[in-house]
Amino acid sequence: MSGKAIVRIKGITKIYDLGEVKVKALAGVDLEIQPGSYVAIMGASGSGKSTMLNILGCLDRPTQGQYFLGGLDVAHMPDDELSNARGKQIGFVFQSYNLIEQLTVIENIHIPLFYQGKSLEDHYDHCLKLAHLVGLGDRIEHRPKQLSGGQQQRVAIARSLANEPLMILADEPTGNLDSHTGQEILDLFDRLNAKGTTIIMVTHGEETASRAQRVIRMHDGKIASDTINPGRSSIAAN
Amino acid sequence: MIHLGIKSLMLHKLRSFLTMLGIIFGVCSVIAMLAIGEGASHEAQEAIKKLGPNNVIVRSIKPAGDPSSGGARRSFVADYGITRLDAERIKASIPGLSRLLPMRLIRDEVRFGTIKFPCQVVATLPYYTDITGTRIVHGRFLTPTDDFYRQNVCVLTAALASSLFPYQNPLDEHVKVGDGYYKVVGLVEERGTEDKRPQSGMTSGQPLDSNIYIPLGTAASRWGDTTVKRGAGSFEAEKVELHQVTLQFKDTDAVEAAVAPLNSLLSRFHKDKDYEFIVPIELLRQAERTKRIFNFVLGSIAAISLLVGGIGIMNIMLATVTERTREIGIRRALGAKKKDIVTQFLVETLVLSIGGGLIGVAFGVGVPFLVERFSDMKTIVTFWSVAIAFGISAAVGIVFGLYPARRAANLDPIDALRHT
Repeated sequence: MSGKAIVRIKGITKIYDLGEVKVKALAGVDLEIQPGSYVAIMGASGSGKSTMLNILGCLDRPTQGQYFLGGLDVAHMPDDELSNARGKQIGFVFQSYNLIEQLTVIENIHIPLFYQGKSLEDHYDHCLKLAHLVGLGDRIEHRPKQLSGGQQQRVAIARSLANEPLMILADEPTGNLDSHTGQEILDLFDRLNAKGTTIIMVTHGEETASRAQRVIRMHDGKIASDTINPGRSSIAAN
Repeated sequence: MIHLGIKSLMLHKLRSFLTMLGIIFGVCSVIAMLAIGEGASHEAQEAIKKLGPNNVIVRSIKPAGDPSSGGARRSFVADYGITRLDAERIKASIPGLSRLLPMRLIRDEVRFGTIKFPCQVVATLPYYTDITGTRIVHGRFLTPTDDFYRQNVCVLTAALASSLFPYQNPLDEHVKVGDGYYKVVGLVEERGTEDKRPQSGMTSGQPLDSNIYIPLGTAASRWGDTTVKRGAGSFEAEKVELHQVTLQFKDTDAVEAAVAPLNSLLSRFHKDKDYEFIVPIELLRQAERTKRIFNFVLGSIAAISLLVGGIGIMNIMLATVTERTREIGIRRALGAKKKDIVTQFLVETLVLSIGGGLIGVAFGVGVPFLVERFSDMKTIVTFWSVAIAFGISAAVGIVFGLYPARRAANLDPIDALRHT
């Protein structure tokens, strides 16, 4: 299980200095994530789960410890390189979709490519293929406001795949959706994972987490448990 | 990138337009005000230029007589002004002088048959046309022979001739001025219809289009030096040898060098100051100085309005940054560097300010055009006023866009994403 892990975290701590008090959000976390895996991170509020997600997503830097993302030491990178790492290696899916409202569906899908200096003209087919992949091939000229929540989340997923990242980082992806639409999104994740996409998902829901192969539970800034999901282990073995 | 900026601005069309309005008015007012100012001063400068930058005009003026002696003097002849001797002295002693043109000016009436017009008799020398730039339209001007033999010939301005001779050719006709008859030998046209040089005690210019030109010699023999005006119950006589002397110099340097010696020369022989100098080159310089001050004032007002426009833009962009914090967070998460965010917001500000600038230029060129069309004011839109106004509007975009853009870029992506 070692060697070519895409995420390798060693002894990470994160301390928020709030002046008088220092809050230890992460207290020495070790974690390895293999390519093609589907990981759910769970935990109550204040368990350090959000901080974990921010650090995994290169949005924040740890106070101490090491973080290698696909061989890159991202723990102490300067801001510009960190932006680059986010754009190239990570696909974000947020709870509230976070599409840009003045842009059309295909333009939204194109954003990560745009910041890698790739024009929409040259990569139109690629973006169109992604729109088809999430079932919105006929909506590419629509604006986010003209789409339902589920459709918007699909666009967000297509966008997260645009740069062919090492992993998708999903933060409560079904949190704003009704259970039926939520299931559809999770089905989409299943399909993507079956094709080899690595997915890391932060969630509250046990049922949602049960879709993952591996469930990590956090408590007080530490990993409380790290289990292989029995129902899904057969797929993981693939 | 520009496309993207326009797209974001189009999201709030009215707001973007209102923001641009500040810049539009600023740029428009800069160009329009400078165009009107330029036009006004151009006219004044043209009038001064007509006097000739190489010339100095010495003119006789009635000295301000002290009121106590005024009553006693009334019946006497007012004797003042430049004398022929003065002209000879100037000719002999002022360096750099190329020509000296003496002139007598007599207000009188001209008659032809039953038609009568007030006119100004200009008694002068043949080279009057060279120095003043008067154009001969018909016949000839006075000649040295006319002057030498004191012939009774005259030249009329074209305007006066058309009033006096509505139905026939004025050439070779005889007109009556004063007591004598003069044969019309030519028609001329002055360079302006009015003499715009500043005159003491007169608000409007002296009309130039009802002049009669006769040889100086003829005037001397016909009128002598004393002219008498008789009105109802009043009697006024004055003795003036020369009303005006135009000195033509080789170049402008000679003009400036000559002013001081001229002054000391004349003041030595004139106890009262009964003459004045008009130095067109100095007037021109003064007009330019005035114009510079005028432009500076206009420029400052316009700069302030552009500044206000810029502050308006900054205000809106700061509001936009706050409003779009989440979008900034999303873009940062998706790989945008700080630089990319700065660029994005700067481009939006520049689209506003340059767009406003372009519309402002269009209006700024259009307004003077309309002013000129619907009033008799002359306007000149100079290239540099357009360039400056447009340049300032672009600079305003950068200066006032940079702060909001930097603020946007320096937002923490995590906080920005959490922003609702």
